[in-house]
Amino acid sequence: MKFAEMNRRRFLQTSAAGALAMASGPSLAQTPEPRRGGLLRIGHSGGATSDTIDPATFAAGPVVTAMLGGVCNNLTEIDAEGNAVPELAESIEASPDATVWTFTLRQGVTFSNGRTLTADDVVASYNHHRGPDTTSGAAGLLEQVVDLRADGPNTVVFELASGNADFPFVTADYHLVIMPDDGSGRIDWQAGIGTGGYTLEEHEPGVRISLRRRPDYWKSDRAWFDEVLLRTINDPTARQNALVTGEVDVINGVDTSTVHLLQRRPGIELVEVTGTAHITMPMFCDTPPFDDVNVRLALKYAIDREEIVRTILRGHGRVGNDHPIAPANRFFAGDIEQRVYDPDRARYHLQQAGLESLQVELSTSDAPVVGGVDAAVLFRESAARAGIDITVRQEPEDGYWSNVWLRKPFCVSYWNGRPTEDWMFSLVYAADAEWNESHWTNARFNQLLREARAELDTDRRAEMYREMQELCRDDGGTIIPAFLNYIDGKNDRVAHGPLASNRFLDGWKIVDRWWSAA
Amino acid sequence: MIHLTRMILQRLALGVLTLFVVSVVIFGAVELLPGDIAQEILGQSATEQTVAALREELGLNDPAHVRYLNWLGGVLSGDFGRSLANGREISSLLASRFGYTLFLAAYAAAIAVPLAITLGVLAALYCNSIFDRLINILSLSAISFPEFFVAYILLYLLSAEHAIFPSIADYGSQASLGEMLYRTFLPAITLVLVITAHMMRMTRAAIVNLLAQPYIEMARLKGLSPARVILRHALPNALAPIINVVALNLAYLVTGVVIVEVVFVYPGLGQLMVDSVATRDITVVQACCLVFASIYILLNLTADVLSIATNPRLLHRGR
Repeated sequence: MKFAEMNRRRFLQTSAAGALAMASGPSLAQTPEPRRGGLLRIGHSGGATSDTIDPATFAAGPVVTAMLGGVCNNLTEIDAEGNAVPELAESIEASPDATVWTFTLRQGVTFSNGRTLTADDVVASYNHHRGPDTTSGAAGLLEQVVDLRADGPNTVVFELASGNADFPFVTADYHLVIMPDDGSGRIDWQAGIGTGGYTLEEHEPGVRISLRRRPDYWKSDRAWFDEVLLRTINDPTARQNALVTGEVDVINGVDTSTVHLLQRRPGIELVEVTGTAHITMPMFCDTPPFDDVNVRLALKYAIDREEIVRTILRGHGRVGNDHPIAPANRFFAGDIEQRVYDPDRARYHLQQAGLESLQVELSTSDAPVVGGVDAAVLFRESAARAGIDITVRQEPEDGYWSNVWLRKPFCVSYWNGRPTEDWMFSLVYAADAEWNESHWTNARFNQLLREARAELDTDRRAEMYREMQELCRDDGGTIIPAFLNYIDGKNDRVAHGPLASNRFLDGWKIVDRWWSAA
Repeated sequence: MIHLTRMILQRLALGVLTLFVVSVVIFGAVELLPGDIAQEILGQSATEQTVAALREELGLNDPAHVRYLNWLGGVLSGDFGRSLANGREISSLLASRFGYTLFLAAYAAAIAVPLAITLGVLAALYCNSIFDRLINILSLSAISFPEFFVAYILLYLLSAEHAIFPSIADYGSQASLGEMLYRTFLPAITLVLVITAHMMRMTRAAIVNLLAQPYIEMARLKGLSPARVILRHALPNALAPIINVVALNLAYLVTGVVIVEVVFVYPGLGQLMVDSVATRDITVVQACCLVFASIYILLNLTADVLSIATNPRLLHRGR
């Protein structure tokens, strides 16, 4: 009884803090009328000399911020409330079983080379990510598309292998920007031409990208700046310096260890949203000792989530509940009891598994997430009090995704999260998923996953996703200690409306959505 | 003179051999790193099919020695090839980055070399005086701090607290010379602080060493002023070691300034090479290494030639 009360109180505290943070976000951002003109300078992390504007191998750095939000458009985009809304599409229709999706394109949209957008361009852009020869990061995502065809100049029809009620979210993926068909059914991505509000003036990979506004952009209430300059500044200190000294107006990825110092500077404001990014610690459910659900539960109770949020994230995050669905997601079940650190419960589950003590090895590195090593060490300390002996094995950062992740039975991993429950679950938790990092196969979960995907009734879907979050939490093989906030910094020369929380920099749409304040 | 020409030719031939060895070593070292470019580019979103497709596209399925020979054949015919990561011509990629690196190196050297030699001569002139000690303490303190520390202190004082100089040194593609000099002032000064001490100390030591020689004593006894003794009689004989240390420091300015580039967001060659190692973009890494190694070889050769040219005994030995 006492235990339950304690949980409820803790839960209320954390959810109240979360609600406060979410409520204060939009209200802090005073929204004067957007105005045209000015220059936006962004100090961006994640750029490299190897960057390419090929949508197949986009890296999530300045290239995506420039191409997704500036140069190109998608069929749909994710708005500030987390809904997929039509962008280049004018209307979207699904068949009753959600297997056939018909996108009607907006009329009179032109590329920056003057050509009008047609259905062939959409087909060519999507085929760039399909087929056996593709090198695209979105290839797995589009495997569900069996057939895709132009039906007249303004209609595109997607046929899916099975129903997917969330398909409009898929079309908002950052790889799936629309570029012009070169006449042979391929896109000429080298030209860097799109339907967006800006043209690509200069791209020096890993150094800078400059954009200039098009006078004939089809959205009248977007793309406010005349010019945009994205500088690659990978070093967090240099990035922060650039903001403080006024060399740039906006930076992404503010270092949590110095965020309080930045806050004190006059004229500098933090832009912080709780998104879907989270740390995971997958355990192979088919490998002893993790094949016993009691061992998995023991480890889940042996990690001190509050401490990880407090020390590793310095409060800029939210405790996780061992399922990957974030408050930013539509079907987040906030009423599921929050799991807390409880060494006695951990011992109890060890006994249930018939074990006196437990020895496991946790592979980690700072490659998946900064602080990955520290988080593992904290876990070792809290687990020791529950009689669990964790050996922290620090792996090389280079090649972590190829040599450790999906290879070691217990490791630290990271996900940016996905805008929909189905996408996140299908990608990492479905039994047959290529990235099923915990080798988890739960029949009920997989059945629900298939049913919910094709279910168009929102209430029924919410109920299904609630049960799946519980299954993931109580039976799944993944410890999810924390969700990370996206923290960006801006000065008072730029302004914005309500912020999207699916990515940093206003859902990567800063170039399209923000405007000049001075 | 024939002796000198023969030496230059010999050294150039050896240099080419060195470059070949360097390229083999670098190729082998990058091969030993875990992961290849296909895995690094695709990262967490890699699937077996996409990695295989990318490897096929980039020709990574050939054995290592075949890929090396292909690359070598290209370089010998003057073609550095294309970047594996983004398909750009490596020669144009290198040209723009190398321009940045050379500009900063020349800027720093133009300040540091005259400064160091003047200070060194003055320190020798007033050997063991307060002035000498002060110069020694200051320059040794400057060299003792790691360069990123010096860089951040300068940034804090001259950019964050007093907005005199910009914190980002990248001057863009259409800047005037004045703008370029202004933007790159802080990194240039950082490098000056780091390299001056070395050259200054060597100048001072070389001259002080000579001051005990009988011919210097003779000059003094003739009644020449101390400045004239040092400038006319000691300095010319001390040039060989000074030229060598200057050459070494110039080579450092071109090849070793990655940290300063990162702090001041300056797109030089060092940053290009670090980026390329991280993505296993081996063709770019190789090209950068060749440039770096050539710079070292050429600067060392120049230093040796100048040492001989300034020393009549060595210059005329061949006769």
